[in-house]
Amino acid sequence: MNWEIVMGLEVHLQLATQSKIFSGSSTQFGASPNVQADAVDLGMPGMLPVLNEEAVRHAVTFGLGIGARIGHRSVFDRKNYFYPDLPKGYQVSQFFAPIVCEGIFEVPLENGSLYPIRITRAHLEEDAGKSVHDEFAHETGIDLNRAGTPLLEIVTEPDFRSAEQAVAYLKALHSLVTYLGISDGNMAEGSMRCDINISLRKKGSDELGTRTEIKNVNSFRFVERAIYSEYERQAEILESGGAITQETRLYDADRDTTRSMRSKEVANDYRYFPEPDLLPIVIDEAYIDAVRQSLPELPTAKRERFLAEYGVSEYAASLLVPNHDMADYFESVAKASGASKLAANLILGDLTAALNRHELSITESPVSAERLGGLVSRVEDGTLSSKLAKQVFDALWEGEGDADQIIAARGLKQVSDSSALEAMVTEVIANNPDQVAQYIAADEAKRKKLSGFFVGQIMKASKGQANPQMINQLLLEKLESQS
Amino acid sequence: MAENALLTAPVSKLKQLLLDRTVSSEELTEAYLAQIAAENASLNAVVTVCAEEALASARNADAQIARGTTRSLTGIPLLHKDIFCTEGVRTTCGSRMLESFVPAYDATVVTKMKAEGAVMLGKCNMDEFAMGSSNETSFFGPVRNPWDLSCVPGGSSGGSAAALASGMAPLVTGTDTGGSIRQPASLCGVTGLKPTYGRVSRLGIIAFASSLDQAGPMARTAEDCALALTAMSGIDPGDSTSADIPVPDFHSALSTDVNGLRIGLPREYFNDDLDSRVRENVMAALAELERAGAILHDVDLPHSHFAIATYYVIAPAEASANLARYDGVRFGYRCDAPADLEDLYQRSRSEGFGEEVQRRILVGTYALSAGFYDAYFNKAQQVRRIITEDFQRAFEQVDVIACPAAPGVAFPFGSKQQDPIAMYMEDIYTLAVNLAGLPGLSTPAGLIDGMPVGLQLIGKPFDEQTILNAAFRLQNDTDWHLACPDLASLSS
Repeated sequence: MNWEIVMGLEVHLQLATQSKIFSGSSTQFGASPNVQADAVDLGMPGMLPVLNEEAVRHAVTFGLGIGARIGHRSVFDRKNYFYPDLPKGYQVSQFFAPIVCEGIFEVPLENGSLYPIRITRAHLEEDAGKSVHDEFAHETGIDLNRAGTPLLEIVTEPDFRSAEQAVAYLKALHSLVTYLGISDGNMAEGSMRCDINISLRKKGSDELGTRTEIKNVNSFRFVERAIYSEYERQAEILESGGAITQETRLYDADRDTTRSMRSKEVANDYRYFPEPDLLPIVIDEAYIDAVRQSLPELPTAKRERFLAEYGVSEYAASLLVPNHDMADYFESVAKASGASKLAANLILGDLTAALNRHELSITESPVSAERLGGLVSRVEDGTLSSKLAKQVFDALWEGEGDADQIIAARGLKQVSDSSALEAMVTEVIANNPDQVAQYIAADEAKRKKLSGFFVGQIMKASKGQANPQMINQLLLEKLESQS
Repeated sequence: MAENALLTAPVSKLKQLLLDRTVSSEELTEAYLAQIAAENASLNAVVTVCAEEALASARNADAQIARGTTRSLTGIPLLHKDIFCTEGVRTTCGSRMLESFVPAYDATVVTKMKAEGAVMLGKCNMDEFAMGSSNETSFFGPVRNPWDLSCVPGGSSGGSAAALASGMAPLVTGTDTGGSIRQPASLCGVTGLKPTYGRVSRLGIIAFASSLDQAGPMARTAEDCALALTAMSGIDPGDSTSADIPVPDFHSALSTDVNGLRIGLPREYFNDDLDSRVRENVMAALAELERAGAILHDVDLPHSHFAIATYYVIAPAEASANLARYDGVRFGYRCDAPADLEDLYQRSRSEGFGEEVQRRILVGTYALSAGFYDAYFNKAQQVRRIITEDFQRAFEQVDVIACPAAPGVAFPFGSKQQDPIAMYMEDIYTLAVNLAGLPGLSTPAGLIDGMPVGLQLIGKPFDEQTILNAAFRLQNDTDWHLACPDLASLSS
């Protein structure tokens, strides 16, 4: 039996605000438990929420970033349930009237095409705190630092048909929100968490099957693996004639399986109703226009521009664009050197390799864009061979000055003086009569191979500084004249 | 001035005595503290007395007076309803749940009264979480009515009203979600004002029903209420629902001119259900205003009979969420040795909350449940709008709406407690005002068999001035507001 997988995603995005959505407490990650929770966050009697305008602006920025409709009058609601890390016994969210309404998000796939995903809505809400189960014997600790952190919950229609599409969407979303500056997108710290609604149906069917929801998956890789694992599980049940139970499941990365968290029968009735402590958020066209004016260039547009303006390959663009800092770095190097393709090669080659080796992000690179640009310029103008370029790059990484200083200090300048090169060629030919004889006797194909031997000898003798193109040229002339 | 006269003097008079240096704030404070000490055992109106703090701030006030740096309430003693959070002073909300809760912050109202120089004597008893009309639901026991100790003082601000009426303070605060200032003011023969929703900040007031709760003053005169309202009011960045509307100086704008004032009498309230003696008193008071130049009109509030049903869906629904935070986890009552989380929740809440509070949480939870939301909560919200529109239409014809503040006089303990519906009917004339967010006050309108009756005056949104002026004129022309229970016989 062939099954088609149908998925919708809900992403909880932590918005990058200085303070919480309804209180003045800091949102900084990693503080000691409960030091970033004030009376409002603790749900103390008589305390009232005050909406953080920055969170509203971030939500509107997101809505405009995906071309969605902005709710002119959105309302907060209380979502009621008891849990120890939910201080008020309700979460303030938006149920009936969200701030971001329907939109379409064009997701770039690996093959370069765009795959449209329908966004159902995105709404503002406060995060809950954290229950700490492993630090105290027989007791649970509660850390309310996270309580009240602003979240944007982004909900899609069931438009995904493969794990690859889901991951591509999440990567594009991650790229978009970091471009917009509305979230740090730090998945390890929980800034972006994903719930996957997943069901199977027979290929060709239009009906939706019974779905399960996999909660709180927090890396691209785990999303992919959770989907595969849940697909296998559901397919097995359906093929043996069973029925899927609608339930919430958790992905266990260690065992690479999903397990049941709670079934629908015991599901909470959240008893949503409008939050009487907050006024509706009223957003007029002038506000929307002002936010629109402030939008930065978005990933899709940047990709197009990189292709057209810098002539980089589709592949290079797909690697340079998603990370906003990487894209900026590239542009700086390209501008400093005037050699964009070489710049892209160096960044995606030597630089990326070195960054990965040292587990650094592009913003932590010890080589500034300006200095890398200097290196690219010296390659572009022929001063350095690619081999020398690698040496200079390593020296740049070690902080030995800019490219010109390193070239001067190490005497690495490529030798392109034809009389000096001619002398080298003459010497090599004189020292290797056997190889010269072989060359003369060989056919066209073998000659090419043999000439590499001579080039290698010359490069060795010149410590890599001989201009390889000129050597090739001169060598060919000399050898031809011998035959 | 005799001690007894001090205890029944209005704030306006006491201000004068303080500024004249006839009496010091310390002396005043001592006199009221002594009255609390003498009478509270029989009345149970005050749950926490802050004698030392009060005397210290009284001395500070006296220093201010000596320096000539006084504010509007400098040196005036007052009691806060125990629903207002007070920094470092236990705030119980009349509940076992908060029996030993000491807030780390002051409610905005408390801060403002402090800033105006008022001296806090302590905290007043109240119905648990402000849910009740008789003060019988308090964990700290019922408050007695100083006019008749066998009767209730009304509720939920019954402790405040009884304390005021018995001379324990010249000024008290209350909150009014469905009549909790006006009904006890009526039953205790004092003046009580519920301002327009949004006029006074709710920050630091323990929430019952957020869209209805509003704090206000209770005092001996409309003039004092005007003074206190000016001090309490104003937009608060900490309460998003507080209104960004300028606060007039209600006190200096007081006027006895009611000439041409159009007073509407809702036919639906002055119907056959109205107790004939209450009608008589209320009409006598309105006749006084008519003599002063006001014009009485009949008006219609055609949907007022839906008010109780509407209120008893919306208020419990909001309360069911507002009271969810009392879970035994972070503060408040926690049951002994919980077996697990479920047990912690169930027993902490079952043991910490009284019967009426539990009843309303259950009603509210039910009204919001899946499948019932549209039939109950949503419908109630729609009817609330219609009730509000009724008032808007009526106010196209009149400036003030008048009716009783309560259906009768104070009733004996236990007489309505077993019948929640009969108790809910106590607020039949007050609930709609909260649903519509309007200002309303109760001013004394004489006695029935020695027990006080209140006239309720309802104003347009943010037009507290007009109803204060009407009450001011009435109190200028009559002496009903001067009637006091016999304090001498209280403790005997």
